Amino acid sequence: MPAPLLGPALALSGVLFSLGVAGVLLRRNAIILFMCVELMLNAVNLALVAFAQLHGTAGHVMVLLVMTVAAAEAAVGLAIILAIFRHTQSVDLDNINLLHG
Amino acid sequence: MPASLLWLVIALPLAGFVANGLLALRRPGATGAVTAIGTGAVAAAFAVALGLVAGLRAAGGEATVVPLWAWMHTGALRLDIALQLDPLTAVMLLVVTGVGTLIHVFSVGYMHDDPGYARYFAYLNLFVASMLVLVLGASLPVSFIGWEGVGLCSYLLIGFWHADEANADAGKKAFLANRVGDFGVLVAMFLLWWHVGTLDYAALAERAPTALVAGGGTVTAITLLLLLGCTGKSAQIPLHVWLPDAMAGPTPVSALIHAATMVTAGVFLVVRLAALFAMAPLTASVMAGIGVTTALLAALVALRQHDIKKVLAYSTISQLGFMFLAVGAGAYVAGLFHVVTHAFFKALLFLGAGGVIHAMHAAGHAAHDHADPQDMRHMGGLRTAMPWTAALMGLGTLAIAGVPPLSGFFSKDEILAAAFGRGSDVPVFRLYWAMGLLTAFLTAVYMARLFTMTFLGTSRVPEAGRVHLHDGPPSMTLPLVVLGVLAAAGGVLNLPAWAGGHHALDTWLAPVVERAMAMRPLDLPHGRTEWALVGGAVAAGVAGLLLGWRATRAAPIVPAAQAAPETGLWRLLHRRFYVDELYAAVVVRPIVAFSRTVLWQGLDRGAIDGGAVRGLARSFQSLGWAGSRLQTGQLGFYVVVFVAGAVWVLRTVLD
Repeated sequence: MPAPLLGPALALSGVLFSLGVAGVLLRRNAIILFMCVELMLNAVNLALVAFAQLHGTAGHVMVLLVMTVAAAEAAVGLAIILAIFRHTQSVDLDNINLLHG
Repeated sequence: MPASLLWLVIALPLAGFVANGLLALRRPGATGAVTAIGTGAVAAAFAVALGLVAGLRAAGGEATVVPLWAWMHTGALRLDIALQLDPLTAVMLLVVTGVGTLIHVFSVGYMHDDPGYARYFAYLNLFVASMLVLVLGASLPVSFIGWEGVGLCSYLLIGFWHADEANADAGKKAFLANRVGDFGVLVAMFLLWWHVGTLDYAALAERAPTALVAGGGTVTAITLLLLLGCTGKSAQIPLHVWLPDAMAGPTPVSALIHAATMVTAGVFLVVRLAALFAMAPLTASVMAGIGVTTALLAALVALRQHDIKKVLAYSTISQLGFMFLAVGAGAYVAGLFHVVTHAFFKALLFLGAGGVIHAMHAAGHAAHDHADPQDMRHMGGLRTAMPWTAALMGLGTLAIAGVPPLSGFFSKDEILAAAFGRGSDVPVFRLYWAMGLLTAFLTAVYMARLFTMTFLGTSRVPEAGRVHLHDGPPSMTLPLVVLGVLAAAGGVLNLPAWAGGHHALDTWLAPVVERAMAMRPLDLPHGRTEWALVGGAVAAGVAGLLLGWRATRAAPIVPAAQAAPETGLWRLLHRRFYVDELYAAVVVRPIVAFSRTVLWQGLDRGAIDGGAVRGLARSFQSLGWAGSRLQTGQLGFYVVVFVAGAVWVLRTVLD
């Protein structure tokens, strides 16, 4: 079975994922962090779609599942961030360290 | 009465203990019932003992062993709870229950208004039961039960008035000194089991001569260890220090336990195991040496004590020394004879002293005088107020001083003769004999001093209290009279040939000691030598009495509060040769210091508390602290760790 653009698709997926990781590691703003997580999820989605060309529809099903969960997660995550903001007047993660040992 | 009823003689006082113990817990005020049970149980035991001894006599003195039940049967070890009735136990049986009954009766009067009346009689009954186990046991372990039991009762009764810390301490001291001796007995038992393979008295006497080498190291070690036990129980040097302190107990206790019965247990044990001791001449010489040294030093100390009971306590130590001299010389019967006569006259003297203290206490109470009622410097002239007590104590004084024909004369004379006779094959015994004679002289001196200070001269009791001085009630006087008769006439038990007797006690005890006497025969002096020895002993006693009387009468007696401190030799004697101080410096303080610095501060607080307990806790705490450092609360840090972990997992999976 031919797999057009497999290589470029995986490369883009890797770049996007790395950008997401770098964002999570380097940024302190909770909203940005959240977006970076979304970026990583979608990078994985891209990889799954690309591999679905080789391995059948399981990849597509997986992508739909991830999108659904990501939507739910976005709702919950944004609600939490909003609650934190109301509590501390800030979304800077350096200030949110109540659970340290 | 058949010997199979032997258990009854122990069961009676034991039942008395249980009943009185329950009364002490539930109805301490029921003095009538306590009196009836306490004295009744011991009197009944005495009656049974009389029946048993009559039965033994009818049977010709043949030893009977009565097994009661199996105790420990493991491997080759077969221990039974068994009692033995033979001529030796018969003598002790009668002394313990007979003198015990008299002292119980005396206690009724002496202790009548004490709040611990029921407890007192419970302990006293338990003591009699334990003492009977000790003398009736057919094997060393059974006797050892009684041996420990009497030690316990001694501890309980010395500290009877335990609200005063000094009394409780005296009890502890007695117990600890006895523990040292008990250690010796225990090790001796292990050695006997290892080398002879039995602990029954009868089998021991039979097998020991073949299983052990006479005069060898093993038998010497065993007998020396047993001797250690005997020095503890019978208050001989070096373990004699507890007995003077034991006078903290009620006076009848001093008479029963610390004069008449328990302290003679050591002598009894030596006679019981005579066959072993006869095989170890070295031990015998050591024993006689310890005995006569103790006798002499204790008599010297008694010269300069002011407490009437302390004088009698040192006198007891001294007389016990005489007994050890006798059994060490191989005169087992003479030793036991002195046990019996000493039980009579020393119980008499102690009970008499108890009567004096009782009266002095009442007088001091009435006169609001807080002087020590036991200090002889506060007495004097008591003969007019207490004629019965004075007469009977005088009789006891003459008996212990060895004035013929009273009991003490015969038994002491036999001991001195035996020591002299042993001198013909072991020369050092001649020295022992001379020391013994000197001790007999000193005995007379301090007893005359005691009697003169207490009963003669002018009264030093405060005027207001003098009307309260009087003889005790009949319950206190009657036992004194009976003991007085026994102390006077006790000599007939073993009247020597020259006095028209036929050595009744020698004949009676012959089956017990014949094996030992055959192994280590004793040549007693005869004819002129014998007469010279008797004359010398009597002269020493009479001269001592005269000297003690004249010297005490001549010297002014000042009350304790105004007395000048003692000087020179008197000071040494008054302070009892500083033995207590020496033990405190050499034994007690090093042990306390070692316990405090090494065991308490070092081991307990340092190693166990600090290391094992707190150290362990601290190590877990620091582990937890290290773990908690990971929980920074910084999301970024978590993510870094998470990514690093993920990368590491991927690497290991993909490799």
